[in-house]
Amino acid sequence: MDAEPYILWLDDCDRTSVPLVGGKCASLGDMIKANINVPPGFAVTTAAYRDFLAEAGIGQEIQKILAEVRPDDVEAAEKASLTIRQLMGSAPIPAKIEDSIYRAYKELCGECGVADLPVAVRSSATAEDLPNASFAGQQDTTLWVRTAGSVLIRTAICWSSLFTPRAISYRLAMGFPHDKVLISVGVQKMANARVAGVMFTLNPSNGDRSTIAIDASWGLGESVVSGMVTPDNFLVNRITKDVIKRVASPKLIEYIPDPEGQKAVVMDVPPERQNALCMTDEEVQAVAILGECLDVYYRNPQDIEWALDRDLPFPRNIVALQCRPETVWSRKPRESIAKQKSGPLDFVVANLLAGVRTGLNHSRED
Amino acid sequence: MTTNGRFPSPFEVPTPEGCEGWKDLYPYYYVFSEDRKEFEDKRFWFQDSMHHPEPLYPFDTITCESWWVALGQNNTRVFIVPPALGIDQRVLNGYLYITALPVANPDDIPARVGHFMERAGYYFQNWDRLYAQWVKKAEDTIAELKAIKVPDLPEMEDLETVVRAGRGITSAYDLVVAYNRAIENMYKIWQLHFEFLNLGYAAYLTFYGFCKNAFPDISDQTVAKLVSGIDVILFRPDEELKRLSQAAVDLGVAGVFKKTIQPDEVIAEMGKSDAGKKWLDELEKSKDPWFYFSTGTGFYHLHRSWIDDLTVPCLAIRGYIEKIEKGETLSRPTAEIRKERDRLAAEYTALMPTDEDKKAFQEQLGLARTVFPYVENHNFYVEHWHHTVFWNKMREFGKVLVKHGFFKEVDDMFYLHRFEVQEALYDLIGAWGSGGEARGPRYWPAIIEKRKALFEKLKAYAPPPALGEPPEVVTEPFTIMLWGITTDSIKRWLQPQGTGDSKQLTGFAGSPGLAEGPARVITSVEELKDVQPGEILVCPITTPSWAPVFPRIKATVTDIGGMMSHAAIVCREYGLPAVVGTGFGTKNIKTGQKLRVDGSSGTVTVLS
Repeated sequence: MDAEPYILWLDDCDRTSVPLVGGKCASLGDMIKANINVPPGFAVTTAAYRDFLAEAGIGQEIQKILAEVRPDDVEAAEKASLTIRQLMGSAPIPAKIEDSIYRAYKELCGECGVADLPVAVRSSATAEDLPNASFAGQQDTTLWVRTAGSVLIRTAICWSSLFTPRAISYRLAMGFPHDKVLISVGVQKMANARVAGVMFTLNPSNGDRSTIAIDASWGLGESVVSGMVTPDNFLVNRITKDVIKRVASPKLIEYIPDPEGQKAVVMDVPPERQNALCMTDEEVQAVAILGECLDVYYRNPQDIEWALDRDLPFPRNIVALQCRPETVWSRKPRESIAKQKSGPLDFVVANLLAGVRTGLNHSRED
Repeated sequence: MTTNGRFPSPFEVPTPEGCEGWKDLYPYYYVFSEDRKEFEDKRFWFQDSMHHPEPLYPFDTITCESWWVALGQNNTRVFIVPPALGIDQRVLNGYLYITALPVANPDDIPARVGHFMERAGYYFQNWDRLYAQWVKKAEDTIAELKAIKVPDLPEMEDLETVVRAGRGITSAYDLVVAYNRAIENMYKIWQLHFEFLNLGYAAYLTFYGFCKNAFPDISDQTVAKLVSGIDVILFRPDEELKRLSQAAVDLGVAGVFKKTIQPDEVIAEMGKSDAGKKWLDELEKSKDPWFYFSTGTGFYHLHRSWIDDLTVPCLAIRGYIEKIEKGETLSRPTAEIRKERDRLAAEYTALMPTDEDKKAFQEQLGLARTVFPYVENHNFYVEHWHHTVFWNKMREFGKVLVKHGFFKEVDDMFYLHRFEVQEALYDLIGAWGSGGEARGPRYWPAIIEKRKALFEKLKAYAPPPALGEPPEVVTEPFTIMLWGITTDSIKRWLQPQGTGDSKQLTGFAGSPGLAEGPARVITSVEELKDVQPGEILVCPITTPSWAPVFPRIKATVTDIGGMMSHAAIVCREYGLPAVVGTGFGTKNIKTGQKLRVDGSSGTVTVLS
């Protein structure tokens, strides 16, 4: 039989792939299918994790160690975690799995035209969609990982993150069997942002839902998110895609990836770029379309981090990085504008009388 | 000019030097006077630069005097608009000032609402039928005007038709009747002009307000896109030019337009070949009525139409032929426009907060779409088609008076008020009938010379944009609807001019988009032919008949205009950025300066 693959490209994932790629990667796949660009990448599947345990012959032993931990025994959980993670760390990764990861990483480097492409390596657990489950490994993310060897090491660390003391205790508390949770690992290009920022799929200053408001600055999004620059501001009509407002601001610094190390560094923006708008209308419109797709996908106004990746061609380079529901306007009850008028003529009369002092809308003053 | 947030009183504005006696050009009721000072001094007046940016020629006051009655009566006497009466008018130093008259006692408003609901409600409910009837009435009125014969006064009346037929009536009577009928006809077309207009604008502006309330960021042009008609008569003349361009290509005579675009030469060249003659036949088919298309607003006798002067059509046809030869398609993508309009409506509906709002939005959109054909089309019937015929009909009377020595040239007539022309005609027929000597030839030429000199001075004068104390907040619906005057625009007028950043002008965001290019400042239609491809048109006001120039340019900046201005409508159609109503564009910008026009924010920046 054809074995389950060790690698699944994000483009090929969707909600049916959760058992194989975990919740996070599956949802990235769903987003791609909804025309939402995310940085390109792949999932190292749960099959790889399972075969790693099987070939190393440590699965049974792990279960045995865990069986001895009682709920609420924090100390025992910590001890078990240490033992298990040492066990996993010293077990060899089968050559077939290693080859698959190497090949996938090289292919991703090729696609982006960057040797030793910096990637983010994240865990993507299969139990993430449990109600109220902030499950093990969900938080395990390493940024700026470069070279195939490093990707492999971070993948193994992600696997072992299933057995942090917190994850062990949590499963025990929830009564969820340890051997039913599998883990996949997502490997995704780090956005090499020429421009990045945040956007709301409504106008945060007046709640207009036909508007998409975009803040943008040079380089990685940290400068905007941290408030270290006053970003350029754009308003786009969500329906016509007209750019209805552009405000250029002085953008004095930018974060760019450090070519040597594995982090971002702050640089001064050269004077000629400081006051120039950091995006063309075409780019602004593409960012707005990304926002609209996310708003439709989640059926609610969204607060989105996005980037314009210099390694990818337009419009593939407009990518969503983070997304959460907008909270300020979305929580307000939406009041009716029509307010019980019976037909268009009522509106005409009301409009003619707007602002006019009449016996209808004011009591008489003496 | 202005002090403490108020404009000068009409009684304190000085007469410009050399303009003494300007009041003699206008009737007694049309100027500010001590008799009505108490009323006039209390009101806020603004100069109607939208329709009457130039001083009023005495004869041309017929257009404003006609709408004075017509606009007002529909509010005051016909539909009983709850808070508003009509718009009052005065002339000061040659310029037209207007003021909106409110219902004096607010307690009267509830009763007026009842009448309005019944009367306006009837029109809204029966709009399509009444509008079809209106079109017939308008066309009949134009036909009546065309049919008026302006007789000359013969040495001897005709034997057959007068003596043998026992007519008993002569050319003297016919001349006076013809004049009276023509004047009445002008009153009539303006009565019709306002039959629907206030209601149409009210419905449109109500929908506009509803949209703005639901979506504060929605632009004027997007609201217009939701509503605007697909088969708009205003675009028809331009469509005819496209048809003629295609015909020239198909008949193999397009080369003529490469040799010349001088109208006389084009017609002479075309007349030399059979194919050219066929093209001239096609031209004749387009002319009536589509070339009755003024190159101005139609309010002034000076505004000539395509039918009088083929310069603009020839210029446009040359441009269209170039496009056809490049393989471009000229026809408007009406199916796509309709599809896009429906998509916008569906998406805005979906974003409405409640089902009640969705329903209200749909209903008001429906009403706005019902009224909009009238709002867009009445202009062609009245200001273009009718007025073209009218001004030319008046020139026929001018010719008679020139022949009898009253005037040196035909257009001298327009320096007389229409009542004075009637006096002159009586002078003429009296002398003709009696065999005596008319006083006119000794009386009028000197007066006309004086008035011409005076007029040049009035033209050079910059009138104050408004008079009296402005309201704190503009709420009067017709001031906002028809003139686009808002609390903000009054504030802008009150700011001293010539200070601040002269490199930046602001106006209304007429049509979205960003463009940069060299400016071309145009103050008269004759200069249109100088416009080079890729330039930014800077002009006092554009009219639909300038449409042929739009495919050549990158953006438009106008001095005058608001959300409903023609420049904005046409630029949206052509996808060009436009900033309208900048106030001083043609004064501050020079041809050749590099501009950046941001039609989304309504700003114009002079880059160099």
